[in-house]
This record gives sequence, C-alpha cells and structure tokens, in this order.
Amino acid sequence: MMADLRTYLAHVELPNPILTASGCGGTGRELAQFSDVHRLGAFVTRSITMAPRAGRPTPRMAETPSGLLNAVGLQGPGVEAFLERELPWLAERGARTVVSIGGGTVTEYTALARRLAEVSGVTAVEVNLSCPNVEDRGRVFAREGSAAAEVVASVRAATPYDVPVIAKLSPDVADIVAVARACVDGGADALAMINTPVGMSIDVDTMRPALAAGTGGLSGPAVRPLAVRCVWQVHAALPGVPIVGMGGVTTGRDALELVLAGACAVAVGTALFHDPYACPRVLRELEELLQARGFDRLADAVGLAHRPAGAQPRTRTDLEESSL
Amino acid sequence: MAGSPVQVTGTVLTTRRVDAYHALTVVAPGIADRFRPGHFVTVAVGGRNTSMLTRRAFTVHDVKPDYGGTVELVFGVRGAGTAWLADLRVRDTLDLVGPLGRPFPLPRDPCTCVLVGDEHGSAALFALGDALQQRGCRVDFVLGAPSADRVFGALRARRMGETTTLTTEDGSLGMRGRVTDVLPGVIADARADVVYACGPMETLRGVTAVAAEFGIPVQVAVEERMACGIGVCMTCVVPVIGDDGVTRMLRACADGPVFRGERVRFDDVGTIPFDALGAPGGRHA
Ligand SMILES: Cc1cc2nc3c(=O)[nH]c(=O)nc-3n(C[C@H](O)[C@H](O)[C@H](O)COP(=O)(O)OP(=O)(O)OC[C@H]3O[C@@H](n4cnc5c(N)ncnc54)[C@H](O)[C@@H]3O)c2cc1C
Ligand SMILES: Cc1cc2nc3c(=O)[nH]c(=O)nc-3n(C[C@H](O)[C@H](O)[C@H](O)COP(=O)(O)O)c2cc1C
Ligand code: FES
Repeated sequence: MMADLRTYLAHVELPNPILTASGCGGTGRELAQFSDVHRLGAFVTRSITMAPRAGRPTPRMAETPSGLLNAVGLQGPGVEAFLERELPWLAERGARTVVSIGGGTVTEYTALARRLAEVSGVTAVEVNLSCPNVEDRGRVFAREGSAAAEVVASVRAATPYDVPVIAKLSPDVADIVAVARACVDGGADALAMINTPVGMSIDVDTMRPALAAGTGGLSGPAVRPLAVRCVWQVHAALPGVPIVGMGGVTTGRDALELVLAGACAVAVGTALFHDPYACPRVLRELEELLQARGFDRLADAVGLAHRPAGAQPRTRTDLEESSL
Repeated sequence: MAGSPVQVTGTVLTTRRVDAYHALTVVAPGIADRFRPGHFVTVAVGGRNTSMLTRRAFTVHDVKPDYGGTVELVFGVRGAGTAWLADLRVRDTLDLVGPLGRPFPLPRDPCTCVLVGDEHGSAALFALGDALQQRGCRVDFVLGAPSADRVFGALRARRMGETTTLTTEDGSLGMRGRVTDVLPGVIADARADVVYACGPMETLRGVTAVAAEFGIPVQVAVEERMACGIGVCMTCVVPVIGDDGVTRMLRACADGPVFRGERVRFDDVGTIPFDALGAPGGRHA
C-alpha cells in the first residue's frame, strides 16, 4: 500500500510534504516546463517585496564544496506585479501557493500581508525574517526573538484567520529555540528553517571576494547538518509546532532525515538548480523509503528520531498490533 | 519562447581535441530535435554525488540526426567542471538539460550577415551560418582569439563564409589584433546588413559599438555566471533596456542569452545601474 503522505501546515492540508524553497523555484513557470506545479505539496514564491527590486550586482553566485553562495538580493517585480502576473498563473495551474514576504520595516511586512489578504489563491504566508531591519542598523530581524516576534505578530494580525503564517528562521543565531519560541508566541502557526547562513569565498586568482556583495548565503548539502540540528532543537522544544525543514535536501533520504528530526514538510532549494525534476524525484524517493520502513503515514515518521534509545518506531502496524 | 527543454542522460559518442578545445558528441534526441541556433545546454559535472552543485552551460555547436539526434559541445578547460568533462570517454554518460535560452532571430529576407566569434564563442556560429544560408543570406566570418590554437572553426568558416577574417592578439594566425579591429573593414567590404556576435562581454561591447557606427542591427549572445540555466536562481542577470526604455536586470539564461546589442548596457555589467527598475534609491524604486 502507498504511504499516506498528507501533511498539515496548521489546519491547511497539503497532499504531500515536498515544497520548493523560497527563491529557488522562480515564478513557477520555469519549473512547469519540467513538471506540474500542482503536484508539489506547495509552491513557495521568492520573497516578495513592496516595490520592485533590482537585487545585487553580479557576480551573485559562487560554487563551494557541496554548496552554493548566493547574493541575489531579493530581485523581484514588487507585490503589484506579482499579484498581476505570477499569483494568478499559479492559481490557474492549481498550485497551492505559499507567498514569502520580505521587508525592511515592520510596517512594510504588514503592508504586504494586508495586500495579500485582499486576494485569493494564497495558501499560506511565509515571513522571510532574514531581511535587514533598516530601523535597526540593518540587523536582520531573525537575529533577535523580539524583532522577529514583532514582525510575525503584525503579519498574523493582518492575515485572514484561515491563512497560516509561517516564520522562516535563520541559523545565524545564538539560540534558535529562543527565536522560534518568540515567533510562536507572536502568533506563528508554523516555522520554516533554515534560511542560508552567511558565508564568504575569496577568489585566490583575482585576490578579491568571489561575490560582488562580498558575503552571501550558503545553501546546498554543505548546510544540511546545520538544518538537521536546528529542526531537531526546535522540534524538541516545541513538539506541537509544524516545521518546514530545508537545507541541502537533494534526495529522499535527506528529506527523511529532516522528517525524523521533526519536520512535517520539506522544502527543496538549491537541488533544483542541479536537477529541475528534484521535487517529484525527492517525493518519490521519500515515499519509497517510508514504505520500505513500514510506515503507512508520513505523520508517523515526523520527529521519530527523538524517541528514547531502544524504543521501537511507532508505526501504524505496531499500534494495531498492540491494540489487539 | 523556444520549445520546452528536456533532461536527457546521453551517451558520449565521440570525444576529440580541436587545438586548445575539447569537443564532445552526445546522444541527446529530445534536445537535438528542438535545437535552434543560439540555444545552449547545461550539463551536470562530477558524476553521482558530485560536490559541484551548479550546472555548466555550453553552446550547442552542432546537432546531427544520427542515433535519434546528437549534440556537440566545444569547450576549453577552465576549472574543475570543465576538467571533469575533458576526462569523459566514449560510452560514458552525461546529464544534459536543453535546449535552453532564446535562439538567434533570423532575418525574414535574404541579407548579408557578419558573424563574429571570439574564442569559444565561434562554436555557436556555424549552425547559425547554416540557417542563414538556407534563407539565402550571405555570410562572412570574423573569428579571433588571443593565440592561433584558441581560434575555433577557422577551416569550417573558410568553407562556409563568403569571406573569413581571422585575428590573434599575438599575431600567430591572421591579422594581429582583436576581432573588433578588423570588423569595420569587413562590414564595409561586405556591405553588411546585420552582425551576430558571440564571445566575452568586452568583445560584445566592442562589436556593438562598431555596428552602431554603421547603423546596422547587432545580435549578441552574452555569457554570465550561471547556476541553474533555467531561469529560477536569478544569478545570471545583465542590465538590458526594454522596449519601454526601462532598464531591467534580465536573466541571461531565460531572457537571453541573445539580446540586441544596443539594448545591453555593457558599461554597467557587474553593477545595478542607478536608473534600473528597482535599483536602490533609483527613480523606479
Ligand atoms: C550561455 C553560455 C554558453 C557557453 N558556452 C560555452 C562554450 O560553448 N564553450 C566553452 O568553453 N564555454 C562556454 N561557456 C562558459 C562555460 O559555462 C564555463 O567555462 C564553465 O561553466 C566553467 O566551468 P568550470 O567548472 O570549469 O569553471 P569554474 O570557474 O570552476 O566554475 C565555477 C562556477 O562558475 C560558473 N561559471 C564560470 N565561468 C562561467 C561562464 N563563463 N559562464 C557561465 N558560468 C560560468 C560555473 O557554472 C560554476 O558554477 C558558456 C557559458 C554560457 C553562460
Ligand atoms: C538563489 C537563492 C535564492 C534564495 N532566495 C530566498 C528568498 O527570496 N527568500 C527566502 O526566504 N529564502 C531564500 N533562499 C533560501 C532558501 O529558501 C533556503 O532556505 C536555503 O537555500 C536552504 O535550502 P537549500 O539548501 O535546499 O537551498 C534562497 C536561496 C538561494 C540559493
Ligand atoms: S542561471 Fe539561474 S536564472 Fe539564469
């Protein structure tokens, strides 16, 4: 029998747990050339900003061992063009769309949430907290629980009650559990992690930084252990909060690792650059792995690695046997 | 937009050295069918479980109908990815995605076209030359490189072109200098109507300036660092002026790689021009 892959972001049901990571799936149209966007658990948009943004100068990317450094700088057309040209297309294709938003001030995030509240076709709102706070010397919101919570609370207040708000966390913090807890207290219905930790690479031939921006976000398998650790710690502290896990997922095994750490959904980012079919492939591989391990439901595997040493996996089969 | 790209795991049919370059022919039916001049493909490098996450972009040099369709890539070794490709042997497999990008627009009526290729840029010109000649166009080639071993396709150009002018910076083949030094003479002699160019940004900038002096259109295929090649990562952008006069940071992979030369702001490549759409503090912000 096929395992039941349905998962929930708060009360919103997704048919499967594989999402695109924000900023890695374009507008959806580019990936649709390879596979249907409605087959995804959900399509997560790049972070949408109020005004159009040209982003950072090139070079914007550098390859590192099993990793990628990027400094794209949230290039995008702004929320109005997004609502006019991108969201309706996704809705027509039947994609469940998680709209990621980014801003420089609490007011900007709130205005974005208000604007999204006026339209249909938004499955959830993801708050990209890794944006510099222009009112706090450019310190990113995700660095501090109080700043993150303030953004989340105002987005939550501006968003319809039936649309979950997901807070996306950065691993570049002293205590990710503290930031996660602050976001949940601020009203986050779910958490997403990890955004890219900041890295740097220097070209030893030109003897200059490889990226025009100097530093960039590190993604890909190089950051996976960091993602597993973050998901593990947050799930241990807040077991009831749905977590979208991401960071270096390229195979079903990687996705299962994050699920076992506590993620109920898994986003695929950088792997899409290498394999445009990565999402359906990771889903298929995850499904096969769950089946091979005797799981009837994805939900039974979520956070399973936290069980005490020596305990049996709590699969459906076991439960049925014990109830006899 | 071109027909949808596909991913193909192709078998390497032939490998050969052409002076400083390597050429690989790979069986890739879905890609060969859909190919038009100017298209490129991306390849995954490093084999299974590779630590190199980004795909490498290469112009399709040639397609042939053999074995259901083959594509030929021509490349120079630059870093770890191209070094891995250079080590491929016949019967190895290669993961390709393509055809990608917008191909060269072709003139409706027969006219005279000068095709300019600098270094590996020449690889894109022969399929284009064929397509132009099939439309009754006259084709003249200008090929160049720093040295003779890096001038690609001189023989084929001599066979195909009405004229072929070669340049090397060290004078080891043809005229000493750069393609842009000889281009005005070639355009004038051929009474060219259109210029097509492939090569480094600096060359494309020079070619565009020459074409502008003559008041003739120029189509350039740009090369920017790419991570995905399919338009999702936004790393390969160049400042390009749109029909509405507004400069946007466009993706070389999906919106290009072919652009009208005069629309590309070559002087501003590697920056965000202050007047670009969404530039920090700019007038469209
Ligand atoms: C549309 C297009 C067509 C191309 N066609 C050809 C061709 O026909 N023949 C040829 O020899 N080369 C071609 N190139 C350049 C080729 O892609 C690079 O030489 C190659 O990616 C270098 O890989 P590497 O691992 O050897 O080098 P590295 O320098 O180690 O590569 C590191 C990273 O930078 C990227 N990168 C480096 N240089 C370039 C570049 N010039 N363009 C794009 N990405 C780059 C790589 O994709 C990789 O992610 C083309 C590039 C583009 C964009
Ligand atoms: C090119 C690129 C662009 C990204 N853009 C965004 C973005 O706009 N908003 C965001 O929240 N995260 C963004 N991210 C981070 C990813 O969503 C993801 O958190 C991170 O890359 C880790 O996952 P991965 O290793 O699977 O890529 C981006 C990552 C990359 C590589
Ligand atoms: S290479 Fe990714 S958008 Fe062009």
